[in-house]
Amino acid sequence: MALTKEDIAKRIAQELQDGFYVNLGIGIPTLVANYIPEGINVEFQSENGVLGMGPFPFVGEEDADLINAGKQTITTLPGAVFFDSALSFGMIRGKHVDLTILGAMEVAENGDIANWKIPGKMVKGMGGAMDLVASAENIIVAMMHVNKEGESKILKKCSLPLTGVGCVKKIVTELAVMEITPKGIKLLERAPGVTVEHIIASTEAELIIEGDIPEMVIE
Amino acid sequence: MIYKKVNSVQEALRDVKDNATIMLGGFGLCGIPENSIAELVQKEIKNLTCISNNAGVDNFGLGMLLQKRQIKKMISSYVGENAEFERQMLSGELEVELIPQGTLAERCRAAQDGIPAFFTPAGFGTEVAIGKETREFNGKMHVMELAFNADFSIVKAWKGDTAGNLIFKGTARNFNPAMAGAAKITIAEVEELVEAGTLDPNQIHIPGIFVQRIFQGEKYEKRIEKRTVREKK
Repeated sequence: MALTKEDIAKRIAQELQDGFYVNLGIGIPTLVANYIPEGINVEFQSENGVLGMGPFPFVGEEDADLINAGKQTITTLPGAVFFDSALSFGMIRGKHVDLTILGAMEVAENGDIANWKIPGKMVKGMGGAMDLVASAENIIVAMMHVNKEGESKILKKCSLPLTGVGCVKKIVTELAVMEITPKGIKLLERAPGVTVEHIIASTEAELIIEGDIPEMVIE
Repeated sequence: MIYKKVNSVQEALRDVKDNATIMLGGFGLCGIPENSIAELVQKEIKNLTCISNNAGVDNFGLGMLLQKRQIKKMISSYVGENAEFERQMLSGELEVELIPQGTLAERCRAAQDGIPAFFTPAGFGTEVAIGKETREFNGKMHVMELAFNADFSIVKAWKGDTAGNLIFKGTARNFNPAMAGAAKITIAEVEELVEAGTLDPNQIHIPGIFVQRIFQGEKYEKRIEKRTVREKK
């Protein structure tokens, strides 16, 4: 069974460690905040200028002066702090953010990522994605393994304009957990009931497969 | 005490003319100088180059200037959510320069702080780096980016005083502090303008030295772009 988007978020949440400052991108990454493992404390950074982001506000308690980088209304948690955009990207470039989780249109086997532009279609811009991927040491991509046409999004080489080069460390999809190593993409885990053959068939890039590949544990 | 208060948005923007390059604070519709944008529409000035993270929505924020075709060029990091923008961009009426958000912020800060250029890893190996000087530092490649050179910076703060000191609220802070003092003339509009000496100097985010003119906005709609809520259990 391929994972749901919620399950992908749950699996990525297992990568959170106590004390981590985390930047979450739009889409599946945002869902990770719902599944923080018990007993650990993390803080979410939103690049528009807040650390200590909380859940969405209750109806009637929305504040126009309080949004996340996706422009959604949010709340803050005790200990939260606001800052300006220059300082926010100082945190990012200065590697003070421990983990960046973002979506992608394509990832290549050398860790290149493309997620901001489809030539010929409307271009909305890269927002903070280029700054994040260029500086973060620890980048996890959350995405679907194949596109709507059934084509692999994990490629030997990206076909779309790049967001960053050689930066992705881990990929979690509905089918698998993979690690980008200097030798290529290593298959770490498979979704429950999904075969290694199915993952290989869904992946354009060469996969490094060593021994038995365990199933992901999703609660 | 140097007195920076002007009595109206008209007075504050009196010398903003055709062909000006203007920085405008805000992230989405959060923390945008609403009153000044409305005045730029009223003034009907044209061929503007706007440096702002986003381009507003169709009928609010910088979208209002786009509707009247007053903008020649936009320099932004993200410009979705705006159908008129898309139409003008695809038809070639509007010139658009997309740059990474952190680079945008730092180019503002560099202009504010007298740093002509800086190196950032953002965009290396992508089309953003085309034509730019690149250099390796500590084993990692960086791209040289230049400070902005703008005529006016228009920022929005929550509170301000007659000396031009500013305090921001929540995430409405965003690009406003880095844009203050980053252009030849900085105009600040605030929700509440008080006499100098009223604000606690410890709590001021941006010193008035970066601001030439300050006024209290007549009204603030503070539109929410993406109202996202949860139900009470």
